[in-house]
Amino acid sequence: MGNGTFVLAAAVAGAAVFGLSLLIHNEYFFFAGYVVLQYIVLATAWNILGGYTGYVNFGTAAFFAMGAYSSVVLYKLVSLPLPVLMVVGGAISGIVGFGTGYLTLRLRGVYFAIATLALAVVVQTLIVNWDFVGGARGAYIMRPAQVPLFGNYIQYLFLVMLVLAVVALVTARTIERSRLGYGFSAIRDDELAAEAFGVPTLRLKLLATTLSGALMGMAGAPLPYYVTYLDPASGFNLAYAVNSIAMPLIGGTTTWVGPLIGAVLLGTIQQVATVTISSAANLLIVGLLLVGFVIVAPNGIVGLFEQHWRARRA
Amino acid sequence: MHFPFELLANAAVSGLLLGGFYAAVTVGVAISFGMLDIVNIAHPAFIILGSYITYIVNSTLGVDPLVASVIMAPAFFLLGAAIYQVYYLAFEKRGQESLRGLAFFFGLLFITEVALILVFGVDYRYVTAPYAGPSLHLGFLILPLRMLVPCAVSLVLLLGLQLFLARSFAGRAILAVSQDPVALRLMGVSPSRIKRFAFGLSLATAGVAGTLLIIIQPVEPSVGRDYIGRVFAICVLGGMGSLPGALVAAMLLGLVESVTSTFYGPSWSPAIAFGVLLVTLAVRPAGLMGR
Amino acid sequence: MSAPTLLAVEDLSKRFGGFVALEAVNFSVAEGERVGLIGPNGSGKSTLVNCLCGTLQNETGTVRFAGQAIDGLPAHRRVRLGIARSFQLPRPFATLSVGDNLRIPLLYAVDARTGVRHSKAEIDARCGELLSLMGLADKATRPPLELSQVEMRKLELARAIAAEPKLLIADEAMAGLSPSEVDDILALLVRLNERGITIILIEHIMRAVMSFSERVLVLVAGRKIADARPEDVVRDPEVTRAYLGE
Repeated sequence: MGNGTFVLAAAVAGAAVFGLSLLIHNEYFFFAGYVVLQYIVLATAWNILGGYTGYVNFGTAAFFAMGAYSSVVLYKLVSLPLPVLMVVGGAISGIVGFGTGYLTLRLRGVYFAIATLALAVVVQTLIVNWDFVGGARGAYIMRPAQVPLFGNYIQYLFLVMLVLAVVALVTARTIERSRLGYGFSAIRDDELAAEAFGVPTLRLKLLATTLSGALMGMAGAPLPYYVTYLDPASGFNLAYAVNSIAMPLIGGTTTWVGPLIGAVLLGTIQQVATVTISSAANLLIVGLLLVGFVIVAPNGIVGLFEQHWRARRA
Repeated sequence: MHFPFELLANAAVSGLLLGGFYAAVTVGVAISFGMLDIVNIAHPAFIILGSYITYIVNSTLGVDPLVASVIMAPAFFLLGAAIYQVYYLAFEKRGQESLRGLAFFFGLLFITEVALILVFGVDYRYVTAPYAGPSLHLGFLILPLRMLVPCAVSLVLLLGLQLFLARSFAGRAILAVSQDPVALRLMGVSPSRIKRFAFGLSLATAGVAGTLLIIIQPVEPSVGRDYIGRVFAICVLGGMGSLPGALVAAMLLGLVESVTSTFYGPSWSPAIAFGVLLVTLAVRPAGLMGR
Repeated sequence: MSAPTLLAVEDLSKRFGGFVALEAVNFSVAEGERVGLIGPNGSGKSTLVNCLCGTLQNETGTVRFAGQAIDGLPAHRRVRLGIARSFQLPRPFATLSVGDNLRIPLLYAVDARTGVRHSKAEIDARCGELLSLMGLADKATRPPLELSQVEMRKLELARAIAAEPKLLIADEAMAGLSPSEVDDILALLVRLNERGITIILIEHIMRAVMSFSERVLVLVAGRKIADARPEDVVRDPEVTRAYLGE
């Protein structure tokens, strides 16, 4: 279907999800749902740089946390509505993404990956030593008394994240089918050849890095209001790094559907596992699934489906 | 104002000793990343695994840590060979090492750390050995044996490896495979067999480094993460596959970390290595002694 | 009256560490010319191509294209200026279909150069045209890995042609082809040349190079040792000694 139609369909689907969820009078659903939606955004954002362009980002936590902490800073200075906070968080993470890319994207992809790892630690250390945002002790955030629109504040956060998830998915799909998408694929498949046939590889890689970072920052901006107590341990949780990689790789990296499937599947499993087993065990499961899929099903669940359909047609 | 000369001197000395140890930690990555082009970011996790195995053997059987490492090294070698075989079949052969190979090692890093947390919990573990406590005193310089001994072992390890790589047939084959795998094949040597051997060697050094680590400091599962930055910072700064370069870079880093930590507090330590890495990548990616 | 110079290479050198791959290479190519480039393996032909196209940067010397010095320009800018090359060892985009492999130069070289954004239908049509030209039309939706070696070389050449270059550098595009296939490719190149495209042909197949070229350059150990008409090059004793064999 054409892009315009898809945007409409996605908006309708999103509205339906929200509408149905209002019928559920279980607040836990909104708490858990927020997390899953957040992962849809993170996984989709990661995949734009990772799956489409072939550059691995180990520092999701840094971009995500920068969004979260920019909200904390603004919270302490001035009262701003959530959408504005998201734009600011997105801008800051986008700029840092651009900067990291500018420093390292001229080198091999491996160095970029290592640099993102470095970035995560550097940003975390900076935040831990920054008293204004609470340092290691953390910061307390009070949710506004006035809930915009309707419902309670958790439902509002859920709605905001739902909108962001739809935006992220639409963005990914639009890129996928555009000339930009072809450029990204060419870079992923053979960067040297792409450059030799006219693709401005550095420019496109910077674009992917910036966009990916910005989306992650936007996903992080509402976090302080969700948790009400933000400290570096939770903001930079390793779970974000491994999940944002595992979800697209398990779901499938070549299309926008992959991260969505991965996020919904893994996100739900983890919400259940954390409650029933333990959070450490649930991370172990994610790690094992990641390694397993990467070896056995490199094209993820989407790839398995495609293989199945091709076999049936033959 | 009395300039804290003694403090500085001691910080410098322990920095250099620490740096010597860092070289042992890094040599495995100098081989796997510098020479074989395999980005094993799980290397620090295997080091921690080595630490824990040393701890078990030491606390239950009373075996001296260094003796334990001699027994562990071959086991880690076999583990490394097995891991490379999986990596080779799943990724290198299919030409997918960049994205999926990285994710594979990241997954291993993750699984190892979480598994250790599940089995051992997050308490710090340490070993008991005759050299873990006392220190040598040279004038105002204090040389803790728990740092001196690992540094010495590390230097021996590095020297041994450098000689092996330069003199033995297997060693030179390893150097050759990093420069010209096609020529190696023409000589009748299978590149993947050499790489498997080298990767096994790399992991064996990780096991030994783990023993040295737990002699120097108490260990808990997330300590490995601090070392990811150090290992790659030293590797890149030292000039990828260069062992002497790694030693110099390791000592430099140890020095900077120690002095900074003594005068500005330890909470900046993790960022130093990564900061050094970012700067090196931006300014001189070939490192100090790079080719 | 001679045609204007399209490509001028002045004193080009390239070293890799201590190894000198190219030394003080000088030559020029006029618009519309057909030039052959021959030399033993390892003589630096591919390095020269890489330096001309921007995949590698030369250390010394200047490369001028249509009068403009292009040293330091990245490869994608040179393609947009009008230099295109095929790779000696084919480097297709593995996850894109055969047809989509041609889409890349169409989108990023041609459209970017002219500023015109062709519609998907127009680009699809053009991909189809090029594939038919090379006899690959039935493979349009297949992945490149399913192609035979020969078909991959044709795809490689088609990609270069898709970029609509003023100067086309064909790097051993005919290796492994049967004599009739060689003739087909030669005929194609002659047709392209008649349309005004300047061609540098790098080949080991002597009859192809000699019959196609108006002028032949000979590269040995990084140095140009001959630059003359084919019949003169064949008789040059230094060339015979170094390359063609006694």
